[in-house]
Amino acid sequence: MLGKLSWDAIPYDQPIPMAASTVVALVIIGVLGWVTVKGYVPYLWKEWITSVDHKRIGVMYCFLALVMLLRGFSDAIMMRSQQALAFQSPGYLPPEHYDQIFSAHGTLMIFFVAMPFVIGLMNFAVPLQLGARDVAFPTLNSVGFWLTATGALLVNVSLVVGEFARTGWLPYPPLSELQYSPGVGVDYYLWALQISGIGTLLTGVNFVTTVLKIHAPGMTYMRMPMFCWTALASNLLIVAAFPILTATLAMLLLDRYLGFHFFTNEAGGNMMMFMNLIWAWGHPEVYILILPAFGVFSEVVSTFSRKPLFGYRSMVMATMVICLLSFTVWLHHFFTMGAGADVNAIFGIMSMIIAVPTGVKVFNWLFTMYGGRIEFSTPLLWSLGFMVTFVVGGMTGVLLAVPPADFVLHNSLFLVAHFHNVIIGGVLFGAFAGYNYWFPKAFGFKLHEGLGKAAFWCWLVGFYVAFMPLYVLGLMGMTRRMQHYDVPAWHPWLIIAAFGAAIILAAIVLQVAQLVVSIRHREELRDLTGDPWDGRSLEWATPSPPPAFNYAVLPTIEGEEAYWDIKQRAFERLQLRDEPEYREIEMPKNSPTGFVCAFFASFMGFALIWHIWWLVGVAAFGAIATFVVFAWRDEDEYIIPADEVARIDRANRASRRAVLEQMRAAAR
Amino acid sequence: MSGAAAAADPHRLGRSSGHRHAASEHAAGGLHAKRIITGYGFWIFLLSDIIMFSAFFAAYAVLVGNTADGPSGKDLFDLSNVAIETACLLFSSFTCGIAGIGAQTRRGSWFYGAMAVTFLFGAAFLALEIHEFAGLVARGAGPTRSAFLSAFFTLVGCHGLHVTAGLLWLLTMMAQVYAKGYRADILRRILCFSLFWHALDIIWVALFTVVYLMGAGQ
Repeated sequence: MLGKLSWDAIPYDQPIPMAASTVVALVIIGVLGWVTVKGYVPYLWKEWITSVDHKRIGVMYCFLALVMLLRGFSDAIMMRSQQALAFQSPGYLPPEHYDQIFSAHGTLMIFFVAMPFVIGLMNFAVPLQLGARDVAFPTLNSVGFWLTATGALLVNVSLVVGEFARTGWLPYPPLSELQYSPGVGVDYYLWALQISGIGTLLTGVNFVTTVLKIHAPGMTYMRMPMFCWTALASNLLIVAAFPILTATLAMLLLDRYLGFHFFTNEAGGNMMMFMNLIWAWGHPEVYILILPAFGVFSEVVSTFSRKPLFGYRSMVMATMVICLLSFTVWLHHFFTMGAGADVNAIFGIMSMIIAVPTGVKVFNWLFTMYGGRIEFSTPLLWSLGFMVTFVVGGMTGVLLAVPPADFVLHNSLFLVAHFHNVIIGGVLFGAFAGYNYWFPKAFGFKLHEGLGKAAFWCWLVGFYVAFMPLYVLGLMGMTRRMQHYDVPAWHPWLIIAAFGAAIILAAIVLQVAQLVVSIRHREELRDLTGDPWDGRSLEWATPSPPPAFNYAVLPTIEGEEAYWDIKQRAFERLQLRDEPEYREIEMPKNSPTGFVCAFFASFMGFALIWHIWWLVGVAAFGAIATFVVFAWRDEDEYIIPADEVARIDRANRASRRAVLEQMRAAAR
Repeated sequence: MSGAAAAADPHRLGRSSGHRHAASEHAAGGLHAKRIITGYGFWIFLLSDIIMFSAFFAAYAVLVGNTADGPSGKDLFDLSNVAIETACLLFSSFTCGIAGIGAQTRRGSWFYGAMAVTFLFGAAFLALEIHEFAGLVARGAGPTRSAFLSAFFTLVGCHGLHVTAGLLWLLTMMAQVYAKGYRADILRRILCFSLFWHALDIIWVALFTVVYLMGAGQ
């Protein structure tokens, strides 16, 4: 009846997961209770859960990422403290638990923090920047988000029911085969990623179509803001790389569930094929994450330097070159496979070549700042921190791309330090820059600057204190994923690294405080004009927060910096453009399809993990039926009357006219 | 898309003539018609699907020699069976095209008739494939026998699953046309369905060549 599931699946004897899951359960019950008592359920259902508005979905993606960041970071703190303590002692985490923690940390941070964060920012900003009213397929967008949430849910359920994988964030066979990992841990990993992978693929299809096909009149490709270009490149990579992940994980699933021999030791299986396939997805994945961050930095650096982006065309070129080259370097993740000197040399050279367009970008950002009137706001601080940190991380990456050096450093903490150097210093800093930059657009008030800057400095210092020792340890020969060790020389460095993690903890506390304080003081931080940073791209032409339809009348674009041009013309004439003729607008209707579909997908994933076959059938039928019901709908759009459009747009115009009045008064 | 707009843009090329009503100029409107956007998006999806197949093709190419002292393609493949399968699938694509024309010209008998024939040929293809698979398993050449057979069953079976999904989709489209008529959104779905069905042909041609012809000839 319940397959492999029984009460034994719950780890009563392990205090740490039990305590952690009790706290999480209490928080969830508390939040649900509070929401119900306050009567927010209908509001949440109508305005958020069933919403197909790209801005709302973007906010939900970012929220998911922030919550999962807390979970992933608590894993990090546990690992750092374990390694600080485990010198000639077993520490406080038993090996089987420690192995689950580092696997869950990597899986969560890549798939459920970094991915949703960048996808959330793209969801929020790209249609606004293009001058569009929505994405190409709004309901699909919602389905994509909720399937991602399902994946995150399954990973977190594994904390209490059963176990998570002990194989690392990429389940290398033969360790991940049934013979060596007989538990449900790897199955949790595989199904969580298959389900959320479908969601990611849908997002990719949606955004490629949106960027290439849906713009305001006059928004040609070479006038798109840089963030749209990087979003396009990133989503092209999703479309081209995620199917490889799906296929690879499907092969491992077939090995585990039906006794196939893709990657097994026996019957002709080839485990190195898994490394090749997974990294054919995995290396483009790195660029899927970093390219949108590059886009955010381009927007932020240009805005806060009060200058157009330097070398826009070279920036576009660099982005698309990275997009192509990212498929030509995967083998540098396993030079030690023994493919031979020629193969390793080619991939080593390609890995150095791909650093060139990134270098172009760094110089472009520097030249954008050169001679600019720089305002050191929180988003710009994140960008500066990125430029320094990412260059260091990129250098160590090029070092690892030299095959002989890689033979020494492979699988050591040097590698761990390198990829944290680029992912924290690149993706995460970019996500935080974007979070601070677009927050006022999303919610109508700015985030507290002082706390934001304090959080930035703690993150930056904490990062260096936590990860620079790992470079040293790697060169001293310490391999990754060690539960305990007995080399006295390593111990002090690991204590320093743990201290760095504590500084990052302070940074995260400050970020939570920043959010809470900003919400409490939202009236003082209110963004009345919709253009709090003196922005240059089109999203700042809308009020904050933007109405559901984004633009009352689709703007006509005449130059590269769409909103800057409009603004300068208004400043010269000291008056706004003539009021347009308002018409009614059709917008896509809310739909519970995504939520209901993910509801069934969650049960299906859980049932597949525990071999509850009848439930697999029921849930699969439910998910398909949901789509058929959705396909049967007669009306998928609702109409916003012209009066309402006019009312909202006139309010936006009034706030901007007030600014012009002030300027006029000052000019007199 | 409203009737007036359709008259102004009979081939729905999506170039706004400038005096279209603003109501149809929402998110998916802008510059391009919904039909263009939907078809374009579906093409992108199909490309991603083809990339997934390419991963299975790669795995097959790597593992094709790893027969673990078991049978190889030369011992197993029956080209005459595969030729009939190919004929079924290619002919079903032709009738699928007829169904598309039937839907566009609103001729029920052509649409339903051609869809039904498409279904029958698709189902015949599937039946032949299942028959082939069952025969292999009965001979002790199932997917667990060797890495080569794992890759073979996965690659060919993945195509078979796509055909199965296509057949379910086909029935849904017939039911939708029956229930709702030739509405613009339903015509868009028929367009996507036929793109999907033709893409399965493209994959089959590659499969037929790489797996069966090259396998039997070794």
